[in-house]
Amino acid sequence: MSGLDGFLAMGGYAVFVWPAYAAALIVLGGLAAWSISGYRRAQRELERLQRTVPGARRP
Amino acid sequence: MQRFANPARFMRLSGAILPWCAGATALLLAVGLYLALLVAPPDYQQGEAVRIMFVHVPAAWMASFVYAILALSSAVALIWRHPLADIAAQSAAPLGAGFTLLCLVTGSLWGEPMWGTWWVWDARLTSVLVLFFLYLGYIALVNAFDEPVRGARAGAILALVGVVNLPIIKFSVDWWNTLHQPASVFRIGGPTIAASMLWPLLIMALGFTLLFITLLLIRMRTALLAAKIRALRMAEVERAAESAVLRHRAAS
Repeated sequence: MSGLDGFLAMGGYAVFVWPAYAAALIVLGGLAAWSISGYRRAQRELERLQRTVPGARRP
Repeated sequence: MQRFANPARFMRLSGAILPWCAGATALLLAVGLYLALLVAPPDYQQGEAVRIMFVHVPAAWMASFVYAILALSSAVALIWRHPLADIAAQSAAPLGAGFTLLCLVTGSLWGEPMWGTWWVWDARLTSVLVLFFLYLGYIALVNAFDEPVRGARAGAILALVGVVNLPIIKFSVDWWNTLHQPASVFRIGGPTIAASMLWPLLIMALGFTLLFITLLLIRMRTALLAAKIRALRMAEVERAAESAVLRHRAAS
């Protein structure tokens, strides 16, 4: 067992180590994706309103 | 502080630093993951399972750190009625809940091979679970009122009461007999952890901190944009009502 196989096996702890890193990816990646998509949605909505509501184009 | 308090100034400043924070986050997490998975040595007792530490410990630090931010913002909101303080607290809460959940999940995945159990009701684990429920309670309470101002006040009071849990978490491993090991980094007399593991840990922790700052700024900016959107919609509705009245008068 060497190289990539050895790395993936994590000395027999693969079933604990990889799910821990996967959990980090899911939780933190999820928070990031959720926050960024909400931000983009708000930006788009504000732009739309500023186009349609006259007098709204003030900073 | 007061100088950054103005929402317009906050939008300008946060817009300027946001790309730098995001870039630094990506860089630190990439380097941190490389060090944690490939460079740090396996532990002489725990073997490769020790690599869970590089996610678990930074997540645990962030869980408490973000709660301190939440409580501090809540105090500022209650005392000075600062418009940005409530927004900061409400933006931080889901992020803190996420870090706490990650801490609990990775702790469980570490506990099973090392302690032989996924969970024990000992002081450290239980106090962190209480922290998770404090976050959820705060989020639920803030959204439970029709009037946002009242929700924010109730949430801020809960956040401040919950601060008592922070020293309990920190000192739980000293005050009670727990399965959880005592502090090995932030302790009197300096860290007891080898430098080859301490560096990857600190870089991951810094990466988590910058990720939090980046997402906090994004969420606060979103909240300020949402306030602007509400104001514009209100204006739109008012104008529509006015023109309806005018049309009605012209017709009669």
